[in-house]
Amino acid sequence: MEKILVCIKRVIDYNVKIRVKPDESGVVTEGVKMSINPFDEIALEEALRIKESGNAAEVVIISIGPDDSQQQLRTGLAMGADRAILIKHDEEIEPLTVAKALSEIVEKENPGLIMMGKQAIDDDSSQTGQILAQLCDIPQATFASKVTIEGNKAIVVREIDQGLETLDIDLPAIITTDLRLNEPRYVKLPDIMKAKKKILDVIESSELNTEFSSSIEVINVAPPPPRESGVMVNDVDELVIALKEKGLLS
Amino acid sequence: MTKVLVIAEHFDGEIISSTSKTVNCASQISESIDILVLGDDNSIALKASNIESVKNVIAISNQSFEYPVSSIMAPVVAEISKEYDCILLPSSTFGKDLAPRISAILDVNQVTDIMSVEGPRVFKRPIYAGNAIQTIKIAEGQKILGTVRTASFKELGNSNSANVIEAEMPDVHVPNHTRFIKIESEKTERPDLQVASTVISGGRGVGSAENFELLYQLADKLGASVGASRAAVDAGFVPNDMQVGQTGKIIAPQLYFAFGISGAIQHIAGIKDSGTIVAVNKDADAPIFEIADIGIVADLFEFIPELTSKLG
Repeated sequence: MEKILVCIKRVIDYNVKIRVKPDESGVVTEGVKMSINPFDEIALEEALRIKESGNAAEVVIISIGPDDSQQQLRTGLAMGADRAILIKHDEEIEPLTVAKALSEIVEKENPGLIMMGKQAIDDDSSQTGQILAQLCDIPQATFASKVTIEGNKAIVVREIDQGLETLDIDLPAIITTDLRLNEPRYVKLPDIMKAKKKILDVIESSELNTEFSSSIEVINVAPPPPRESGVMVNDVDELVIALKEKGLLS
Repeated sequence: MTKVLVIAEHFDGEIISSTSKTVNCASQISESIDILVLGDDNSIALKASNIESVKNVIAISNQSFEYPVSSIMAPVVAEISKEYDCILLPSSTFGKDLAPRISAILDVNQVTDIMSVEGPRVFKRPIYAGNAIQTIKIAEGQKILGTVRTASFKELGNSNSANVIEAEMPDVHVPNHTRFIKIESEKTERPDLQVASTVISGGRGVGSAENFELLYQLADKLGASVGASRAAVDAGFVPNDMQVGQTGKIIAPQLYFAFGISGAIQHIAGIKDSGTIVAVNKDADAPIFEIADIGIVADLFEFIPELTSKLG
């Protein structure tokens, strides 16, 4: 195929312990390390491997978010993507809007395959890929743990609650990636230098036809209720007694 | 009154408990609850009609529903949904795969992982793997479309006999671009992870697939289900459908045992609604002890056989 489009989101790095803002309007992002959503990084790695195996000519990455998302796109370019697109938008956006905006780019770029993570680790919505698939009227294979390209089809193994499901889908299609699909490569310094010369197009969200709005209002964001602190016991007998006291063993 | 439609999840001829838990969530929104069952015969619809609080079961029987393929189901669900104010699906891999396609067709924003109903249009949901809780409100006059975090709702009783309405396949375009090939499932006699009142999980510390036998023996004594951390699945000790955590199954048993699990944030996200968490780890500094109700610093290879024998 000619082109794979990989969608990546800028999120708080997964190693950061998140903190809720005192006014409960959201989580603290100022001065916090940001990264490519780890699931999206896996999607990009898979796209690069498909290209390296001769099954695709170009890997294009796209992100929607604030101007700083250029950092994550540069990282993606350093990993090996050929060029990048940023749809610049500063406010939080619902997946439906993201998918609509992406569908405008899909129409223009006409990729043979679209990939992204199965969810973003910030809002955990797990919607964008599936919405985009429906908007483009193309197949989807979510939660992928193995992808094989066979001409104008893909064979995808999916991790579902009941086990491993295999789907055979026509291309173009959308594949969303799960953790066990691959291990993303490390970026080397020369690649970072090379990435600076690659094309990164910035589009203002207002240039698109998509209306950036939502019918869902976030009232507040609060920390989860704490669990009561537990006790340490010394051996099996003490554990059995403790469980019996709680009525969990007869 | 708000008319709610719950989309049933079924597998291998059985309604999955996630459906009943989703109905439970629906019952906190409205008393008018219908279930939509898409299947290749109507026997599943009868089982769905037993779930308490359900008014009608709408059954559409068609060969194309032999396996759940979201691109085939979505236009049908969207068509039936037109009559409803609120559409709920379980937040299982089934619901997560299907719901957003309905969102696209209906042009309605979707709420993922409803964990509590605070009002007819106000819901709580976890973000950042449960490290923060978002309260959201859906605008008046908008259809509600959501997936329900099943670990947050109990299964309802099965004493109902709701109407079963056998409906015609609606006249919608159903694509043929997606073909189901196969599913590989581990067959087990033990209770389902999402249903079991006791779950025993092992992590990297269990060391091998063979060593998981220790956990199976304890589980069989307690009538428990067996799960695993991502590390144990990645190491190949057990298959992926046993994974408990943010990327695996989110569970809430009465009693949870974590053996040789360090307690990565992603694992804790999947178990923190459990009643009592027991952690056994030889590393006294393992983060799992921070959330455990009962902790024991011990070698699990000595501890588990002793516990198993003392329960006999």
